[in-house]
Amino acid sequence: MPKQIRREEVRKLVADGAQLVEVLPSPEYEEDHLPGAIHVPLKKIDSLAGEVLDRTRPVIVYCWDTA
Amino acid sequence: MSPRAASRLETLGFAEVYDYVDGKADWMAAGLPTEGTNAQHPRAGDTARRDVPTCRLTEKLGDVRSRVEAKGWNAAVVVDDERVVLGLLRSKELAMDAAQPIENVMRPGPSTFRPYVSLHEMLHFMVDHKLESSPVTTSDGRLVGLLLQKDVVAAMEKEK
Repeated sequence: MPKQIRREEVRKLVADGAQLVEVLPSPEYEEDHLPGAIHVPLKKIDSLAGEVLDRTRPVIVYCWDTA
Repeated sequence: MSPRAASRLETLGFAEVYDYVDGKADWMAAGLPTEGTNAQHPRAGDTARRDVPTCRLTEKLGDVRSRVEAKGWNAAVVVDDERVVLGLLRSKELAMDAAQPIENVMRPGPSTFRPYVSLHEMLHFMVDHKLESSPVTTSDGRLVGLLLQKDVVAAMEKEK
């Protein structure tokens, strides 16, 4: 089960090489995303994830908030 | 949305998956940088004055007023030990009886805004509600600074 993490842990993991992934649709990503975040919208996750993400490195996903 | 994405990534064979549950709203509310088309435009957190005078509930208004005026301000934010915003003093409150403790004269529970709110949105709200200033806080209520309506107007003019 994916581990839920908070902001400070996000920063630590990213500094250690984790991939940040925003799963919101395009307009939201284009307006604002976390520095260096890769865009993999939830609806395209099946086709895109294997292509743009590295399976050997940790992945942190986020959307707007807890919903 | 992110719990579903995280779960799906695990089933797709990603071994180490984390869910940043508080998401972009939390990141931006903390005033941390973002990238994207909006990132170049100033927002509430960029324009708020971080040097706004602050005071505590138990201080005497006369002492606070002297401090505020010495700094050339006509407003102060009432905060606790963690800088959580409890109230606001504008010119009207600062002119009250000097012997009163702050908690008796402050405007309690002022509307606060997150640092990522656009200046356009802020100006609308401030004009509609006749606010000359509004505190900007993180999502856990800690003071970032005081946003003055005149600074919002000036920053938007500069953007044009």
